[in-house]
Amino acid sequence: MESNGGATDVSSIRSEIETLKAAKSDIEQRISVLEAQLRETTINQQKTDTVSNGTCRSISTVYSDNSHGLSPDMIYRYSRHLLLPSFGVQGQSNLLKSSVLVVGAGGLGSSALLYLAACGVGRLGIVDHDVVELSNMHRQVIHTEAYIGQSKVKSAAAACRSINSSIQIIEHGEALRTSNALEILSQYDIVVDGTDNPPSRYLISDCCVVLGKPLVSGAAVGLEGQLTVYNYNGGPCYRCLFPTPPPTTACQRCADSGVLGVVPGIIGCLQALEAIKIASAVGEPLSGRMLLLDALSARIRIVKIRGRSSQCEACGENSAFTQDQFRNFDYEKFTQSPQFPLPLKLNLLSADSRISSKEYKERVDNGEAHVLVDVRPAHHFKIVSLPNSINIPLANLEARLHEISLAMKEEEKHKGSESSSGASVYAVCRRGNDSQRAVQYLHKMGFTSARDIVGGLESWGRDVDPHFPTY
Amino acid sequence: MDIIERETKARTVDCKSAEKESSVQIRVLFFARARDLTGLTDMLLEVSYGSTTQDCLNKLISRFPNLEEIRECMVLALNEEYTNESVIVEEKDELAIIPPISGG
Ligand SMILES: [Zn+2]
Repeated sequence: MESNGGATDVSSIRSEIETLKAAKSDIEQRISVLEAQLRETTINQQKTDTVSNGTCRSISTVYSDNSHGLSPDMIYRYSRHLLLPSFGVQGQSNLLKSSVLVVGAGGLGSSALLYLAACGVGRLGIVDHDVVELSNMHRQVIHTEAYIGQSKVKSAAAACRSINSSIQIIEHGEALRTSNALEILSQYDIVVDGTDNPPSRYLISDCCVVLGKPLVSGAAVGLEGQLTVYNYNGGPCYRCLFPTPPPTTACQRCADSGVLGVVPGIIGCLQALEAIKIASAVGEPLSGRMLLLDALSARIRIVKIRGRSSQCEACGENSAFTQDQFRNFDYEKFTQSPQFPLPLKLNLLSADSRISSKEYKERVDNGEAHVLVDVRPAHHFKIVSLPNSINIPLANLEARLHEISLAMKEEEKHKGSESSSGASVYAVCRRGNDSQRAVQYLHKMGFTSARDIVGGLESWGRDVDPHFPTY
Repeated sequence: MDIIERETKARTVDCKSAEKESSVQIRVLFFARARDLTGLTDMLLEVSYGSTTQDCLNKLISRFPNLEEIRECMVLALNEEYTNESVIVEEKDELAIIPPISGG
């Protein structure tokens, strides 16, 4: 209302919102704990009442206090499970007594956790060290916008509690490493792998072998998904199938390759299904078989995979992979890839072959004759690009060099190059790695003045134009 | 020893098919990274009688040298079942090349 005090108003409003939000989350947490406590006490109360009052307190409590141990609330909550002849009271009882650990509260973990919480796994653990980001929301459906910037474990645990306050949810807000994996995994009956990188996959598989835990492993990228159960009933482990880790070039990440949000959602649901089958001892788990989902062609294939390998380094006959060996194994070195991938930062060029995004902006403003080559793939270029840039993907640079020469001549004619050196050439990409590779090549091909924009479009968005979209 | 064995096998196959053809055609299915590297989801591959899955792989790699990248890290399935590289392929077999995905 008072226009002059606007700035302070906004900041004080913001800070009050923050304070209230924090208080709200504390209160909600407390309510959920108390509700769980209340449930527990009521059940115990009912039990003592029944005992002390003999037979006649109420018929319904007598019925509820029977051998399967399901309370009236539980019977009602899980009634549709109990009605399933092949699942029934026994399956639900088994489930309620079981514990499942989900590693990764991302695309796979989201749907897996929602169903595991809903179905009544007795104790559900969540491991993640990351925070919720806006670019997660299209697939990590367990998180809501209100949690952006907050811990994924907290967000996922709150969602699970709001679905089912009668089960135990345990937060492990840390990264899984060789130093803590044995201790964490040993507290659970079944492990669900929803991680996104090769070192974590080997680490989790080996840890499950060492501890003798079944591993429900899912993966998804692009439009494809894979699912299998490892280390179960004499079946193979991850290493039996893949003794040699994939080369780093073969590792596609969602952050680089993209992923259709529903694909990890489907695989996560299937992971929950497999974990439920194992926990309830119902059905035939996907051990010794691998499910391949091809979302684009709407095909699911199930391939029989090899059995346990006697030569396997982890689970083979002659290799007793011990807890000590596990603790000392360097998974990042083994797979040649980082467990917590930071954006790659190459440094291939000398400083005088590079230019900051700010400096580039100044040169544009000064009307410097130049050609800006955007070396990202064409579908990236379509998302967003800098004005007057030409798109020549790094992979096509060799074949399309003449386009750069042509654009330079055009620019010189247009601007009338004052200097003898003619139009300059700049290369840009998403984060400033491919642009360096491009400049290296351009130098070799005689474009000796070519430079790259340090930090790519990301730095443009950060240092020059905050409205420039990042992706 | 190995070679002789294979030759005999190849010859019996030849006799059985009564000099009809000297090659078999199989379908190759590519998954995950193998799709990126070949740009294909599947293809028909013609190999000579008695060729093993390893021979098929070699032929594929000579056509798509990039496939070498995942040679050491893949599940190889023949007609939806795990196979090793010494199994002899037959007409209309389906050979799947399945590298692991690690995204999530
Ligand atoms: Zn193994």
